[in-house]
Formats: sequence, C-alpha cells, structure tokens
Amino acid sequence: MGFRRKDLLGTRDLSAVEIRTLLESAESFKEIAERPLKKVPALRGKTVVNLFFEPSTRTRTSFEIAAKRLSADAVNISASTSSVVKGESLVDTVDNIQAMAPDIIVVRHKFVGAAHLIAERIGASVVNAGDGANEHPTQALLDLLTISEHKKLEPGLTVAIIGDIAHSRVARSNIWALTTLGITVRVCAPPTMLPRGLEEIAGVRVCRRPEEALEGADVVMMLRIQLERQDRLLFPSVRDYARIFGLNRQRLELACPDAIVMHPGPMNRGVEITSEVADGKHSVILNQVSNGVALRMAVLFLLGGQGRE
Amino acid sequence: MSEKKSSLLLKNGRLIDAGQNLDGKFDIFLVDGKVKEVASDLDVVADQVIDLDGLWVLPGAIDLHVHLREPGYEYKETILSGAEAAVAGGFTSIACMANTYPINDNAAVTRFILEQARSAPAKVLPIAAISKGMQGEVLVEMGDLVEAGAVAFSDDGKTVPNSKLLRHALEYASLFDKPLLCHCQDDALFADGVIHEGMISAGHGLAGIPSLAEEIDIARTIMLAEYLKVSVHICHLSSRGGVELVRAAKARGVRVTAEATPHHLFLDERAVVDLAYREALDETVKPSMLCYNTNSKMSPPLRAAEDVAALRQALAEGTIDVVATDHAPHEATEKAVEYSLAPFGVIGLETALALALRLVQEGDLTLLQMVARMSLAPAAILGLDDRGTLAPGMAADLMIVDPEREWVVDPAKFQSKARNTPFTGWRLKGRVIKTIVDGRVVFSS
Repeated sequence: MGFRRKDLLGTRDLSAVEIRTLLESAESFKEIAERPLKKVPALRGKTVVNLFFEPSTRTRTSFEIAAKRLSADAVNISASTSSVVKGESLVDTVDNIQAMAPDIIVVRHKFVGAAHLIAERIGASVVNAGDGANEHPTQALLDLLTISEHKKLEPGLTVAIIGDIAHSRVARSNIWALTTLGITVRVCAPPTMLPRGLEEIAGVRVCRRPEEALEGADVVMMLRIQLERQDRLLFPSVRDYARIFGLNRQRLELACPDAIVMHPGPMNRGVEITSEVADGKHSVILNQVSNGVALRMAVLFLLGGQGRE
Repeated sequence: MSEKKSSLLLKNGRLIDAGQNLDGKFDIFLVDGKVKEVASDLDVVADQVIDLDGLWVLPGAIDLHVHLREPGYEYKETILSGAEAAVAGGFTSIACMANTYPINDNAAVTRFILEQARSAPAKVLPIAAISKGMQGEVLVEMGDLVEAGAVAFSDDGKTVPNSKLLRHALEYASLFDKPLLCHCQDDALFADGVIHEGMISAGHGLAGIPSLAEEIDIARTIMLAEYLKVSVHICHLSSRGGVELVRAAKARGVRVTAEATPHHLFLDERAVVDLAYREALDETVKPSMLCYNTNSKMSPPLRAAEDVAALRQALAEGTIDVVATDHAPHEATEKAVEYSLAPFGVIGLETALALALRLVQEGDLTLLQMVARMSLAPAAILGLDDRGTLAPGMAADLMIVDPEREWVVDPAKFQSKARNTPFTGWRLKGRVIKTIVDGRVVFSS
C-alpha cells in the first residue's frame, strides 16, 4: 500500500508514490458515480465529521457526498452553528468532538496550521480541507486527477498557475504536488500577490506577465481573486486586474492547442476568467468538481478504511 | 567587628569579570552586601566560606528587557515569580517593561511595582512608558516617574509612530540621563504579519513581517538621536539590515546601543515549521508540537539564517551591546491556539545564561565578551553605577556557575509561571548553581 498516514494535512510532504496511490484509488471510485445505486459499504460504521470554520458549499458538499457514498455517517459542523461563536477555543471544540469518537475529521479553517493543531491533538484521522493560505491538498489532488484524464502526469508537462498566489492554498498545494511529480510549474501574479522568494523555495518559474506563463502551457489554472481584498491596496481595481491578468480567448491561444483550463471555483466571471473561456471547449472546470467526489472518497477510504488496517 | 556578621568569602572560583578585565582564580570577599576585596589567596576571617573549586563566578546578569505582567496579568507572571525565574537564571537585576494593566505611565504604578518587588529575590527596576497609555500621543510625566524610581522609558510592544513625540521624548529623557528603549516597527509594514516575511511565510501562507518594518523605524530612531545628539537604545534587533544601521550609526559617533535576544541569536524562521530543526531534542522533554508551534511566535519574528549570523557577528564585535531576554510570559492556553491568534512572545530568563555560554562554546564570543554583554553593558545603559562588575565597592550581585553541568530544558521545572519557551528539550551545558544578591544567597540549586 502506498499511503499509510494518519492524516492528510498537505501535499508538501507527500511522496510521488503516495500521490500516485491516491490518484489510482480515486480512479477506481469514479465509476461509483455512474451506478444507479451510488454506494459501497467501505466505511460502514465509521463517522466522518466535517468541521468547517469557514463558509464553504462546494468542498463541504463534496466531502459529505464522498463520505455517504462510502456508507460512512457524515456529520456537518459549521462555525455559525458551533460553539466557536460562543468564544470556545479550537482546542476545546476539538476535544469535545474527539470525546464523541469520530473516525475522520475534515477541517476547513481560516488560519494556517489549524488542521495540524487538531491532528496533533487527537487520535482520529484529520483531512485538511483548507487552512488559511497554506494547503488544500484534496483540491490539488483532484486537479491532478483531472489533468491525468487529458495529459500524462510526468516531466515535460507545463502547468501555468495565474492569480493571487500569495493568498492561495490551492496554488501552494498544486505547486508542491506538481513539482514532486517533476512537472514544470509557472506562476504568474500581480507583484503584490506574489510571495517574495517563491522561485527559490518552490522550484517554480515566476512569470511577470500572463502571456509569458501561458506560452505553450499544457494546463492553465486560474485562481479566484478575492474581491474583498481590493481595499487592502493589493491591486488598483477589478477592471485593471481583469485587463492585465484575466484569461480570455485571445490569451488562451498562446497556450498549447489542446490545453485544458481549470479553476477551483467559485469563479468571478469576467474578472480572472471570461465566460467564453470558462464555458468553452478547453474548460474542464466541471470535471474538476466531479473528480472531487471520487478523490475525496479515495482519501477517506485510505485514511479510515483498509488503508490503515 | 560588625562586618563579620554578614561576610562571605568565595574561595578558589574562577572569576570572569569584564568590568575589571579579570579572568582567573580569585577569592572574593563580600561584606555587608558589597564586594570588599578581590585577590588571589585572600586570608581573611569570614562569617561563611564557600569553596568554589571548579566553578565560575560571574557578575550577576542584568536584563534590561523583561515583562513581569504585574499589575494586571498576574495569571501569566508576577513580579515575584518573574524575579524567582531571574535568579534561577543568574539575573540579579531585571528591568520590567511598562505594558502592564494599568500601564506603568504614572508614579503610582511605578511605586506599586517597587513595593511588590521588596520581597522579590532579584532587584526589580521599573521601566516607565514613553507615552500615556502607550498611545503615542502625550508624554508621561518623566520627572515624577524618575523620582518614583523609573530607570528608563519604553513603549515596548509598540513603536512611537509620531516622530515629533519621539523627538520630544528623547530630548526630555536626556534631562534625567535616562535611556529610551525603542521598540522599532513600522506598523503599516508590520500589518497583520505573524512570522518573518521569507521562505517560510512564502511557502506556508502565513502573513509575513518584513525585516524592512524594523529597519525603517530603526533608521528613523537613529536619525532623531543623531540630530538631537542624545543617546538611544534599540530593543531586540532581529535583522541584518538593522545591524548594519546600528553599526554605521556607531561609526558616525551616534550614541546608539542595541540588544539582541537569545532566541534571535539561536533560531531562525525554520523554527516555525520545525521547532527542532537545529537540535536533536531530548526524548523525555519534547514540545507538544513541532510544526506551527506558537512558541516560535514573537515580535520581532525569528528571521532568516543570514540574520542570525549577522546578529552573532554584531554581538561579538560590539555593535550589539547587550543580550536581553525580552522575557514575555503567557499562559499555556493562550498559546494553545491557531498560530495567527497566539500572542507574541517567549520567556527567556531561565535559559539565557546557558545559551549565552553556548555562544562561547560555539566560538562566537569570548567569555569576557559574554559577561560584558550580560552585565557590564546593561548596567552602563541603565546608568547603574553600583553593579555590572565585581570591583571592590560594588554591590555583591553575582552568580556561581558550574560550567560542566549538562541539563535539558524542561519548562515544567521553571520558576517562572509560564512555560512558553522555544528551547524545550535542548541540551545545554553550564548552569547557575547559586545566585547572590547584595551578599545574600537568593538562589541555590
């Protein structure tokens, strides 16, 4: 077995073998979505808690469906209904959940390291469903799964990631996973959204302009621009951003003719990506969503099922 | 012979005293709380004689930067518990910062601190705020505070953003020959940062605090002191750029002094994601978390490896005058939170000496330099002319060190109420076995 961990906290320290094991397992779960009865008994009797301290519809739903298709009991706890609003600390909240003996906790939190803090503290498996701007490993893995449907995941492939790199856990998790597989990664962001020194630490090529990043790229990943950051002096206006960094049909022509276009969602249509591209023939954005369920089934299965036994 | 009633003879120890430029076997005769005589083979009758063969005698360390949390945050630390931690670490004098509750911005609080300190084993020296409420708007009543016992002024924890107010503070404090201890930080650049802006912040998405945030404010502070021809002290230097600014200013003749903390001299940004990156921690005492452990979070933050190297070099050459701990106690549950939510600060009183000795062991400092940075220089900066060296006539404030004693940092054994050290599990060599204040043994292990 190529994956024997208690937790999945990030892609940073996953080996190529672990990544490929997760992807192969996900591949085998894809087929379940096509069955009339979309359920297997793999995690029957196991409890999966979705502990979301940040609002999220798609990721939480994806994990919930994944858990249910594996016959696990899935419980959703969101910050608005939890004791967090009553001022309880994360540690206390987690101790209380642990006392109810869950098998897997899926955590989304606005602060870096929250999933690590929980994983360190409890015996249950922890899946990081996003911690601040740090990691979102299942998103990166489902992105890889999606790429693998169109391209070979091996050296020679070029992936361009364009958008707010500094604040993006999706970008980071993708960078670690892709570079571990020897894939070439180019990143492009406004200078205000590019962490200093990323080039050296991550082994990526930093491109000043999107045209440079797109040139001959096999895969184009557009990141969501958080419009609420606009008042924090990071870019002058949405209009300016869209003009310089947005992906439109003309810019996409710079990429390889059979390039695929990805977006982790939710999209700001007309800002980082035009509708024409988002809904066009290169787009695999909805495939990403479908693959998300299969990939998360694989993660839950490997952490909570026979993977660990 | 009344002096005999409280006389103590320390025999055969190795005295290391930068103030007298002495390093060798000397006997030290302490009478009535003061050093009476230092010589080889002293033949005097003393009330008590302690043989120190194989042990070292150092002037008591003086920490000009600690947070004692009383009044207001006694659950973190009290003046008494902080002073007990101090003497356990060889510190005989500690100067406590003003960010208590209420803030030490008036004589009543200063007097309260001194009153509480009367039963404390170490000498506690209150530092008053620069501005009322540390709000950076109105100067404190400096004259009144000096009369009440304030030894220095600092809004530590915050900068004084208004340059005109900082100018007036520097000018007015010079009237009393009391130093301003400046926490240099450009607030807008610091923003919501939690760790150094560098390879770890880039890789892990934690908000960064650029070195620039410190350097810009150090430059401003030095320029003011230079223009006004007054002295100023820079707290907790953390960056290579900051070192270069202080070095250049000293070369121009500016009266600027600076301190560095043990944690900035030993740890860099990698400690945020691996608290054990530098050490093979003792198996029996490990930190609860190695990754994103909040005991790697302080302000200014742990910076890059090249900054650590620059600080060590600066300490050796004297650009950095003082090792100060910035002892900042927090209660365990306050630190057991998400990294971004944790308060800044770590404790240091009980590990500083052994870490300073390790700088000697690692070849960065000579023993005499180390002693100068921990006792002589801080006494000079605070204008304490009765301590910092063990010359005859000085206060009998000293520590006795077993240089061969190896020990493991175990926060559970600290005298401090707090446990928030980044050095848990470190194996250190050299330990304080006795601390003497005014001729009286106040700590003995």
